[in-house]
Amino acid sequence: MQDLTIAYKTESGNLRALDHVNLAIGENQLVAVVGESGCGKSTLALSIIGLLSRPPAIVESGAIEYKDVDLLAINNTKMREYRGTEIAMIFQEPLTSLNPVYRVGDQIAEAIMIRDLRKAKHVADIPQSDFMQKTYKVNMPKISRLPRFRRRIPEELKKEIIDYLTLVRIGDPEQILERYPFELSGGMRQRIMIAMALSQKPALLVADEPTTALDVTTQAQVLKLMKELMTEVNTSILLITHDLAVASQVADRVIVMYAGDVVEDASVYDLFSDPLHPYTKGLLSCIPSGSKDETVLKPIPGSVPNLMNLPVGCKFAPRCPYVMEVCRQRPPKLVETKPNHKVSCFLYGQ
Amino acid sequence: MASEYVESEDDILVTRDLKKYFPLRSGFNPFSRADKKFVRAVDGVSIALPRGKTVAVVGESGCGKTTLARVIVLLTPPTSGQIIFNGIDITKNKVSSKILYRDIQMVFQDPDSSLDPRVRIRDTVAEPLRGLIGGSDEQIKSYVNTSLSAVGLTEEQGDRPPKQLSGGQRQRVAIARAIAPQPKLVILDEPTSALDASVQAQILSLLLELQKKYNLSYMLITHNISVSQYLSDRMAVMYSGNLVEYGDTKAIMSKPRHPYTIALISSAPIPNPWKRNLLNIEIRGEVPSAINPPAGCRFNPRCPYAEGICSEVNPPLKEISKGHYVACHFVDKTA
Repeated sequence: MQDLTIAYKTESGNLRALDHVNLAIGENQLVAVVGESGCGKSTLALSIIGLLSRPPAIVESGAIEYKDVDLLAINNTKMREYRGTEIAMIFQEPLTSLNPVYRVGDQIAEAIMIRDLRKAKHVADIPQSDFMQKTYKVNMPKISRLPRFRRRIPEELKKEIIDYLTLVRIGDPEQILERYPFELSGGMRQRIMIAMALSQKPALLVADEPTTALDVTTQAQVLKLMKELMTEVNTSILLITHDLAVASQVADRVIVMYAGDVVEDASVYDLFSDPLHPYTKGLLSCIPSGSKDETVLKPIPGSVPNLMNLPVGCKFAPRCPYVMEVCRQRPPKLVETKPNHKVSCFLYGQ
Repeated sequence: MASEYVESEDDILVTRDLKKYFPLRSGFNPFSRADKKFVRAVDGVSIALPRGKTVAVVGESGCGKTTLARVIVLLTPPTSGQIIFNGIDITKNKVSSKILYRDIQMVFQDPDSSLDPRVRIRDTVAEPLRGLIGGSDEQIKSYVNTSLSAVGLTEEQGDRPPKQLSGGQRQRVAIARAIAPQPKLVILDEPTSALDASVQAQILSLLLELQKKYNLSYMLITHNISVSQYLSDRMAVMYSGNLVEYGDTKAIMSKPRHPYTIALISSAPIPNPWKRNLLNIEIRGEVPSAINPPAGCRFNPRCPYAEGICSEVNPPLKEISKGHYVACHFVDKTA
């Protein structure tokens, strides 16, 4: 991702949700984007998967390069080949991402069929099985008109679905695929979402707050699962979270965002042993650990600025304990101060 | 469960074997008596809160912690059990709600839904004062200003509607409203879970500061173990309506003994990439349904130490060291 600026058009002017953001995700890497509400982390996720509705969103500059293709330049039809299949996404609330009136098995089956259909650009390429031939020969190009089967999932698909459900550690997959989403618990639903995303064999999985709606014991299970699956199915994960502690537990690299800016970008060990940006330091000292006698929280004063009305210069300057004259005049750039450790602050050179 | 708890004269709040069952209607016939089922939301909870201290009720969603809070302020009457507030059993003796609600106040999770969007903040804070304390307009105004400044809001901000404040400031308003009638006990129901990390830290510090200043007693309802560790003196861990561990926060955090508490503490992510506790967790499964909880110990289907007896007998709370109670048949295994 290079120099990406995305703004939302509103009645009272353009609201810049992402401001010249650069980031790169390597293969088989878990990158966590951490920030408070309104820092642009969800806009970032949606822009990668091409789900930003434009307008109101406008791309002011920049590009998202995925395997040498600029995802922002291609049209919607072309984007469909990437969305879901190459880049999959898991959302915060699994109940709103699953269709309540279809059984879980049917929904995963649909996802797998779409995947096979996309791979097969011509009728001749359709997987050589009776079922697939029968279903697709007639209306091959119309993905939107997939048959909704209610009674029976064909055996061969069923086997694949069960494989994926077993992959996400679901106890009795045969039973589960006959259930409707409302019959499952929150953790189970999120596992179904992960299974569905992984069935597409994506190279990149974007997870937007995947565990925020879950209980802590369930959150721990889901995070552990995601981390294990990453190596098992060989995918990269972009984890969007507001919780630095979650990021520290699973991420390889952490990107800290503030009001649309990337303020720090470092490996997880560097970030926690030697946080550079005052905002990162502040966030770390905000996490309560230990009792009130042992630890003193040092909250960051003030609150996140209104994106419509940003301060000139560094956006964190009004809340920063180390603020200098230059901070109020021009914005700092994200520079590499140490190998693999980038920070956007005047305290470190510039 | 017995009531031989560490109670003392100085406790502001004591609950003894408190139960709250919600009846379930089975089928469409509202008069059907057969096969009456209950949701055992709170099933025999006994806790004691010393004056000026904080007790945290910790548990996951559906464990009954919010119901417990609602029962204590008598928003819903208990099915059985006693609530002794300030020496008086408020379940038996009719205490005028004016006095009760002057002394017990509550702060809710989401300030967006607990504040009236069309009322100025000043009036939101003043409203309970008019009913509970009374007095002239000038007196009320001065009470309001005191409590607004106590939570760090200016008088000018008091004239605004909630919409013009940030999330953290709105939660400050909710706290100001709660402390304005000078209550003895404040029940905090997930006071920071709707807030961002940096704002959460501000609110936690504010709560501690107010507790010292006004000698408030807090009952903190939370699912966040680190918030509970930071704020509380005593901790009550609930699972599926039962109290499973109860004792001093320091004792529990340093050496949790109930398998569920152990799982809960080790599932809480800690901000330390060198200690990845989350990737070594052993807990499986999820919180059971409260309508049809497992027989015996409610935790037995998820418990690594479960044996035959666990699915037959629900273990009572036992004192394992002074003031530290655990409800587990095999508490020795976690020593």
